[in-house]
Formats: sequence, structure tokens, C-alpha cells
Amino acid sequence: MAGGIKKFVVGCFEDEAVLFPAVKNVRRAGYKIHDVYTPFPVHGLDHAMGLRETSLHTAGFIYGITGTTTALTCISWIFTKDWPLNIGGKPHFALPAWIPITFELTVLFAAVGMVLTFCYLCQLSPFVKKHHFHPRATDDLFVMAIECTEKTNEAEVTAFLEKAGAIEINTQHAETGWWIGRYDRVQKLYADTEKGY
Amino acid sequence: MSKSFELPENYKKWTMGLIGAGLIALLYGFIAFHPFEHAGHGENINSTRFWAVLLQNSVFFLLITNASMFFIGVTTLAMGGWQVALKRVPEAISSVVPVLGIITFVILMSIIWGGRTDIFHWVDPELYDPTSPKFDKILNGKKGFLNPVFFTVWSSVTIFLWWFIGRKMRSFSLESDASGPMDYETGKKWINKNILWASLFIVFFGLSVGSTIPWLWIMSIDAHWYSTMFSWYTFASSFVAGMSLIALYIVFLKNKGQLEYVTDEHLHDIGKFMFAFSVFWTYLWFSQYMLIWYANIPEETGYFKMRLQGPFRGIFFLNLVLNFVCPLLIFMKKSTKRNWTMVTFMAALIIFGHWIDFWQMVMPGTLGSHAALMPFEFGIAALFIGIIMWRVGVYLSSNPITAKNHPFLKESIIHHT
Repeated sequence: MAGGIKKFVVGCFEDEAVLFPAVKNVRRAGYKIHDVYTPFPVHGLDHAMGLRETSLHTAGFIYGITGTTTALTCISWIFTKDWPLNIGGKPHFALPAWIPITFELTVLFAAVGMVLTFCYLCQLSPFVKKHHFHPRATDDLFVMAIECTEKTNEAEVTAFLEKAGAIEINTQHAETGWWIGRYDRVQKLYADTEKGY
Repeated sequence: MSKSFELPENYKKWTMGLIGAGLIALLYGFIAFHPFEHAGHGENINSTRFWAVLLQNSVFFLLITNASMFFIGVTTLAMGGWQVALKRVPEAISSVVPVLGIITFVILMSIIWGGRTDIFHWVDPELYDPTSPKFDKILNGKKGFLNPVFFTVWSSVTIFLWWFIGRKMRSFSLESDASGPMDYETGKKWINKNILWASLFIVFFGLSVGSTIPWLWIMSIDAHWYSTMFSWYTFASSFVAGMSLIALYIVFLKNKGQLEYVTDEHLHDIGKFMFAFSVFWTYLWFSQYMLIWYANIPEETGYFKMRLQGPFRGIFFLNLVLNFVCPLLIFMKKSTKRNWTMVTFMAALIIFGHWIDFWQMVMPGTLGSHAALMPFEFGIAALFIGIIMWRVGVYLSSNPITAKNHPFLKESIIHHT
């Protein structure tokens, strides 16, 4: 598979209030956070992790206008060229009557397209086996996975996480990607002027 | 925080300047337009123009300032916390309601009891006399609702209750400043009191702005025509313009170093309101248009025939561009809603757009092809803007701008979208 096997140091945290400074300190120390798995969406965590803004909404906009164009071209071709019908004496090019359908198709394209894009970005699909760093990440634990490069000293990271307040630390090997051109998160370098937490 | 806000000199100058320009326009209207001459429909264009412009501006500006109290009402009922840091801004804007309410009432009464059939066709008593050649069967059927006495009583009750309940809500907010920080029990009691009066306001708001008031004040210009969507459409128009007015004041106060707890996050939420309600306005506008277009019944299509074919065609499409296309495309991005300059620009654009919307509601039925967008129209608008700036300025400079003892203030400070 595309991604290959990588080594991770995994630290588990019990509290958001501990997690945020830990994320900040890990980034400041220069370690690469692979991801943080949380039981619920945590506001501001993406900023704290230094992730770039998602471009999912740009994709959504493009899918939306594709839907609009598809609807308008199809309907106008059908009703003016292919099969013109006299409906209540209205003109063949009856734009107001098409607006609801155009709206529905815009929403449909945007929604379905964004769900598929989201699945692609998160590398989710049926029959794909994802590596779980800790089963309690879906229950009550905040799980931070730090990616090890050849320069990373594993014992040092473990000690660092312990100091940062992790209650459980271990090392795991996991396969990261399954898709060509897989999405690797870009993490900005830590800057002290960052807003938020 | 106890130090009250000193209004900048520029603000006072602009207020005085706008009121001055407005008064000159009004005086010019009094002298040149002969507003007290009797005029039938289309007989004395200048005289009609005077009253039509006053009606449009007074109703528009009254409704958008009253939308502020609606905003406070719904956020109170929803137990909202995020708006607390900026809550004094809509409160200050809603304090204009009594002033504009009285002005609007005087204008409406002059039209109704001055027998101005050129504005409200239905005030002519001969229409209801079966022996008269002018007898109108349709209007005769509507006279239980559409008659001067009911109009007067209901308008005065409405304006009184907007003022009265609004004043109650403002006084609760101000009394929390004096009482000091609240403990759990007092806070709960205080919130419950707010909820009670906010729900009274919302119920009455539904009976007035949500239904009867736009029917009486604006829709009855085209007395034969009716649309059940009309009030909601007017409400959406006034609410989105009202949110824009709140946004303008937030940007202004933040620039002057006030509203210390208001951040990009709060601006983002106000921007979402402006975006969402622009789309909501379009939804109602289109629903009203499409049903009438589809059914194609002559007594209904007359309303749009006046607007789509003839001198109002340009305004009709400009209205859609200003109030739908621009907000949709510009405000869709998150970064625009968090950009203070863009929000200011969009707020001004939306207020102007809905002013145009009200203009095209009033003018075709009164002035028809003689309608104008000349210095007189903008002068009268300046008068009302000046009055709003004056009252809001007085409120802001005489009361603390942050409601520091509101139990939900912390929720607002840490607000994160």
C-alpha cells in the first residue's frame, strides 16, 4: 500500500484542559503530530494543531455550481429544443418554474459531493480497515499520535508526553495510507503569536 | 467600564449634518410639493410624492430599528449566551422605536384622516356606498379589516406595545448594572423575568410585523391585491437590514475602543445572520413571485405587471442583485464574515438594498411612472438616519456599553464558532 508502515508514539489524555497545552508544547518542541483523536468535536483544536483551513467548502461551492449548471442546461435543452410542451400557455423558457429544481440539484450535488470528498480526505470507505490507536478514543479519551521519523528519540518523546500529562503512553506501528495521492496533513510550525488557545 | 462612552465629535457632526440635510429636504417638500392640497390618484404628482416618500422611509426605518428588539427577544428565548457582549447595541437601536413610532404614526394618520386617496385608495368613503357609481364590491368585502378606525386603533396599539415592552426589556438590562453581580437564585429569577417579557414581545411581534402591520401600512396601497406571504417578506427585509444596522454599530464601537469582549467570533455570527436572512428574504420573495406567476390570475398578476413591465423593471432586478446575488456570493466565505471592512461594506449595501425594496413596494401603487430617486428621496432618508444616529448616540453615551452583570457574559467572552 501507498503509505507504508510507520512508527507512532501514542499518548492518551483524560481532559481537554490538559490536551490543549500538551498539543501546544509538543508542537513547540518540534515533534510531528500525526493526528489527535477525540470522542467529540473539540472547538479550536484544529487551530491549536496548526492545521491549515480545510478546503472542503471550496469543493462544496464547485459541486454546487456544477449542480446549478447541470440543472439549467438539462431543463432548458429539454423544454426548448428536445421536447417543447405547451404548459398553461407559459413560454417554453419558463425560468421561474425551473428555480426549485435548480435549487434542489444544487443542494444534491453539493451535499453528495462534499460527503464523498470528506470520505476521501479522511480515507474512509467500505472495507477499509483503519488502525485504531486506542479503542477509548470513541468513548472518553483524547488520543494524540506523534509520528516518529528516523531522527526521533522514542524514549525522549515518551518522557515528554508523560510530563505533558498523558495517562497512558505506548508505541505502535501502523499503516497510514491506502489511496494514491493520499492526503497528508500539513502542519504549520509553531509561532508564539498564534491566536486562540 | 464604569466610565461612559464619549461620542466622537465626527459622529455628532454627521448626526447634525444628516438631520440638517433632511430638514432642508422636508422644508423643500413643504414649499414646493404642496403636501396639503387635496389630490386624487395621479392628479397632483408632487403632493403624492411627498407623502409616499415619507411613508416609505418612516415605515422602513421604524421596522429595522424594531428588528433589534426582535433579535434580543429571540436570543433571550433561545437562552443564547453569545450575544451578551454586544447586547447593548441592539438595545440602543431599539430605543429609537418610540421616536420613529410617533413620527410614523403622525404620517399614517395624516394620510388616513387627510383623505389621501392617492396613497391609500381605500380611504374613500364612496367606495362603500352601494348607490354610488364608485362602489367597489371587492373593497366593500374587505372593509371589516381595511377601515380607518381599525387602522388607527391597531397602529396605535402596535406602536405603543413595541415601545412599552421594549422599554421593559431595556430597563431589566440596565437594572442589572446597578444591582451588581448576581448569585444563582437572583440570576435565575432575572432570566425568567426576561424570558416572560421577551415571549410577550415575540407573540405580539408575530401579530404585528409577522402579519397585520405590513398588510395595513404597505400592502393596502394596492388594496385590491393581496398576498399571504407579504408580511413575512417584509419582516425578512426589515430583519436582515436590522441585523446590518447592528453590525454597523458594532464595527463603529469596536473602532472607538469599546465592546472589549466582542471578537471576530461575534462578528462572524452577526455575518451569518445577515447571510442567512438574505437567503431567507429571497426564498420568500421568490415564493410570492412564483405562485403568482404560475397561477396567472389577473387580480394577482397586476402587482408584478406594474413592477416587471414599465419603469420599475430596472429596480425590480436591481433589488434581486443587491439583496440576493451580492450577499450570496460575497458573504458565502467565512473570511468575509470575519473581515470588519467587508462586513461594514455589506451592511451598508444590504440596508440600501432593502431601502430600495421598500421603495419599490410603495412607489408603483402611488406614483406609478412618476416615481423618482432624486435628492428629495435621499434627503428624507438622511433625516431618518440622522434621527436614528442621534437617539442611539444618546443611549450609548449615557449607559454602560457592556452588560457586565449578565449571568451569561462568560459564555459570550469564551464564544467560539
